[in-house]
Amino acid sequence: MRRFLIGQARKGLVDHTTRRQHHQTRSFLSLLPPSFSTNSPRAAPLVSLSRFMSSTSDMAASSDSTSSLPVTLDSINPKVLKCEYAVRGEIVNIAQKLQEDLKSNKDAYPFDEIIYCNIGNPQSLGQLPIRFFREVLALCDHSSLLDETETHGLFSTDSIDRAWKILDQIPGRATGAYSHSQGIKGLRDTIAAGIEARDGFPADPNDIFLTDGASPAVHMMMQLVLSSEKDGILCPIPQYPLYSASITLHGGSLVPYYLDEATGWGLEISDLKKQLEEARSKGITVRALVVINPGNPTGQVLAEENQRDIVNFCKQEGLVLLADEVYQENLYVPDKKFHSFKKFARSLGYGEKDMSLVSFQSVSKGYYGECGKRGGYMEVTGFTPDVREQIYKMASVNLCSNISGQILASLVMSPPKPGDDSYDSYMVERDGILSSMAKRAKTLEEALNNLEGVTCNRAEGAMYLFPRISLPQKAIEAAEAEKTAPDAFYCKRLLNATGVVVVPGSGFGQVPGTWHFRCTILPQEDKIPAIVDRLTAFHKSFMDEFRD
Amino acid sequence: MSLKALDYDSLNENVKNCQYAVRGELYLRASELQKEGKKIIFTNVGNPHALGQKPLTFPRQVVALCQAPFLLDDPNVGMIFPADAIARAKHYLSLTSGGLGAYSDSRGLPGVRKEVAEFIERRDGYPSDPELIFLTDGASKGVMQILNCVIRGQKDGILVPVPQYPLYSATISLLGGTLVPYYLEESENWGLDVNNLRQSVAQARSQGITVRAMVIINPGNPTGQCLSEANLREILRFCCNERLVLLGDEVYQQNIYQDERPFISSKKVLMDMGAPISKEVQLISFHTVSKGYWGECGQRGGYFEMTNIPPRTVEEIYKVASIALSPNVSAQIFMGLMVSPPKPGDISYDQFVRESKGILESLRRRARMMTDGFNSCKNVVCNFTEGAMYSFPQIKLPPKAIQAAKQAGKVPDVFYCLKLLEATGISTVPGSGFGQKEGVFHLRTTILPAEEEMPEIMDSFKKFNDEFMSQYGVGYSRM
Repeated sequence: MRRFLIGQARKGLVDHTTRRQHHQTRSFLSLLPPSFSTNSPRAAPLVSLSRFMSSTSDMAASSDSTSSLPVTLDSINPKVLKCEYAVRGEIVNIAQKLQEDLKSNKDAYPFDEIIYCNIGNPQSLGQLPIRFFREVLALCDHSSLLDETETHGLFSTDSIDRAWKILDQIPGRATGAYSHSQGIKGLRDTIAAGIEARDGFPADPNDIFLTDGASPAVHMMMQLVLSSEKDGILCPIPQYPLYSASITLHGGSLVPYYLDEATGWGLEISDLKKQLEEARSKGITVRALVVINPGNPTGQVLAEENQRDIVNFCKQEGLVLLADEVYQENLYVPDKKFHSFKKFARSLGYGEKDMSLVSFQSVSKGYYGECGKRGGYMEVTGFTPDVREQIYKMASVNLCSNISGQILASLVMSPPKPGDDSYDSYMVERDGILSSMAKRAKTLEEALNNLEGVTCNRAEGAMYLFPRISLPQKAIEAAEAEKTAPDAFYCKRLLNATGVVVVPGSGFGQVPGTWHFRCTILPQEDKIPAIVDRLTAFHKSFMDEFRD
Repeated sequence: MSLKALDYDSLNENVKNCQYAVRGELYLRASELQKEGKKIIFTNVGNPHALGQKPLTFPRQVVALCQAPFLLDDPNVGMIFPADAIARAKHYLSLTSGGLGAYSDSRGLPGVRKEVAEFIERRDGYPSDPELIFLTDGASKGVMQILNCVIRGQKDGILVPVPQYPLYSATISLLGGTLVPYYLEESENWGLDVNNLRQSVAQARSQGITVRAMVIINPGNPTGQCLSEANLREILRFCCNERLVLLGDEVYQQNIYQDERPFISSKKVLMDMGAPISKEVQLISFHTVSKGYWGECGQRGGYFEMTNIPPRTVEEIYKVASIALSPNVSAQIFMGLMVSPPKPGDISYDQFVRESKGILESLRRRARMMTDGFNSCKNVVCNFTEGAMYSFPQIKLPPKAIQAAKQAGKVPDVFYCLKLLEATGISTVPGSGFGQKEGVFHLRTTILPAEEEMPEIMDSFKKFNDEFMSQYGVGYSRM
């Protein structure tokens, strides 16, 4: 048996076998996504509940195994079978099918479009890119434009200057060449300067590893620290499922700590300590602590005092602090500001020798929302040179991250400044996006809080709301009859009735017996009233159908 | 005292065991020398644009327009972009849902996958299903995804050619599997002997290894050979009998420098063989925008096509791809452009053909210059580069040189390559990074330095080599 998890988590572990036996103990299901299951690897192929399978297709689970082919479901890496990623799970697959069907069957549905609130993918919902960034990228991609006089009529002066500056930082101005495996040095200089300006503490370009989005950086760190299920990573619950999936893929153990919904998804050091000690008593070496700030899916922004405590905790316990700070530009309330963990570590006097800290940043989030570019970086501090070499080696196996994503990562860390040609229009675009997101977050939060049995913490940051729904007993029973987690049951009903796609809380983990869903705040403003109306009407009819 | 968060000893052993020579000691030393102001000729990585190859104009125009879609509304856009690039940019933007800034489907944009399938169909004469094509951030990512799916643990073995491209050894060791080597025959122009394969498999099995998959690199990296159709048939039959998935690394399919052995895809050969074998061999073929006459390494664009992989397994591969959200979208568009370049009659057609032909013909001449150059050197023998981007000469190191290497604590070919680097600025990769038979030494260079610089590079190599051979004692070889 795989040794996973601990404490209150253990009794909540999902075993797919029990799931198929109609959840003998109901509360088991809600705690953690199925990726935390305790299935033995050998049994995995038969009991794996891939998110791509509808729950009714279980009987077909071993269809591949009858074949004599060398690679089938029975013979692939069990860690692959076991990992789950709910953000693009079963409900999204149903949504895609509905979308296809809508084209030819418009009258069959009570809605005319699918609205994807399952994933933080702003530009797919109509958010426009920041023009300055794209001007620079276009000029770098097709640099002979820089020699044409007409270009000056089509591009801003500072984008032309910036493109020249960036091209000069690239050896041979070759944007089509593999770069240094950590990323182009000049771009890393720019990023380090941006971090320095943000934090007020020095940043070293040699500490920066540019990656294809933040996700590969997280994978690299997991691969580096996880050798077996004896190695654990402390992760928040609810969490962004990248972490659970990556830990599963790399064969480690996820050690959960619970964010407290009652205090706005606060992080209790006492809970961290308890979970850490319990994991240790089970023989698990906890290697690192993941903190997502601003939170995903929970949207909270950590208090400064809390961040200091976390830094001290990691220092005392000898944990690597993995700080997911990809939403650092997404803040919506005046009483909260973003501060990096590195800033607190340094302000507490902890330097390179005192603690290991990795900060992740991405071009996919913020006001820029450039998901398709796959740009990001991690800043790696407090590792000895021999460990650093190993990280470099892992990066080098993949050669380098994509250059256009690298350039964009440098741009988001050094946007136009006052006096630049693009500054005014850039500020209008940026503030327009951020204030609209804040408005949408507020509207959706209020609408959710108006629903019967629904409570929703405010989105202080990030891109998500994570409302809690008190499901009537009858709904839970109906879900069981369909062999579906109750929150997934709710979300599927919601999709079929409204075309709105959200992710069930069970994909992120939640306290047993509680049910949630994650909804992005990203549909454009003009769509929000319709979403609110449809959601409200749906919820009312759902409650009317199932109210105890 | 605080606990150490992460020291070297506590790292994942698989990470520590992994080796990646292409960016190893030689590369680092070369970078140092470059910083000190020495002129370095980087021939260690197949990275054409870094050595001055210009990008093809048309795809760059299309992608620049996709980056800046607001230009498409500007009445003056036609002054700096040709109409077919504008039309093509509109076409690709229409295939996205939110332009270059939105995550695509985790398998890649459906419209681009369809164009890839059509390309494969034209190339092979057999249908290809876009649902079985996944776009990736470069072919390396695809190889990692597939190997991750196949390798369960140390007991799972992957047959890999030796010499091989170190992506395979590095990935297998990162994933904790076992590399089962099979040797290419240097004296047979790096041919693949199926008897060797059988031996390798038998030996691995006797050690309790389950051999799961076989890698072929065609055209070869670092060895540059093109596999014949007959050879591919043997390989496929072998995979069928031994129940191995065939991983066909076909990223150099555009890079062919002779006419006797054109590129032929594993998929085509498999389909030609007909049932039952065409239904039984599982094949995954890889391709990229980084090679060919495109050489767009920095874009990180690639795809793999799966044949005979059962739907449920495809779903699992999709699931893992979805954790990475999506491959970068501009590279997906490069891939679309690569598989559907301008056609006769398009405004950009002539320029596109001129540029791509120019690159390929020059590569062909450079392949010849390099092979001939190496063969003119003392104690060096080199097979002709039939395809790909590399020359892989054997260096017959005299015993005294091997002795000197030992004293310096270096592998002999590393010793040689370091000396070469210091003396000439030519940055190569020692053969030991790719694997070679015991006691035999090689180095790999790309054939990518600019054509006009080639004579000088080969002269300086020859001068260095011949001095090295004299210094270490012999004008002849007994090896």
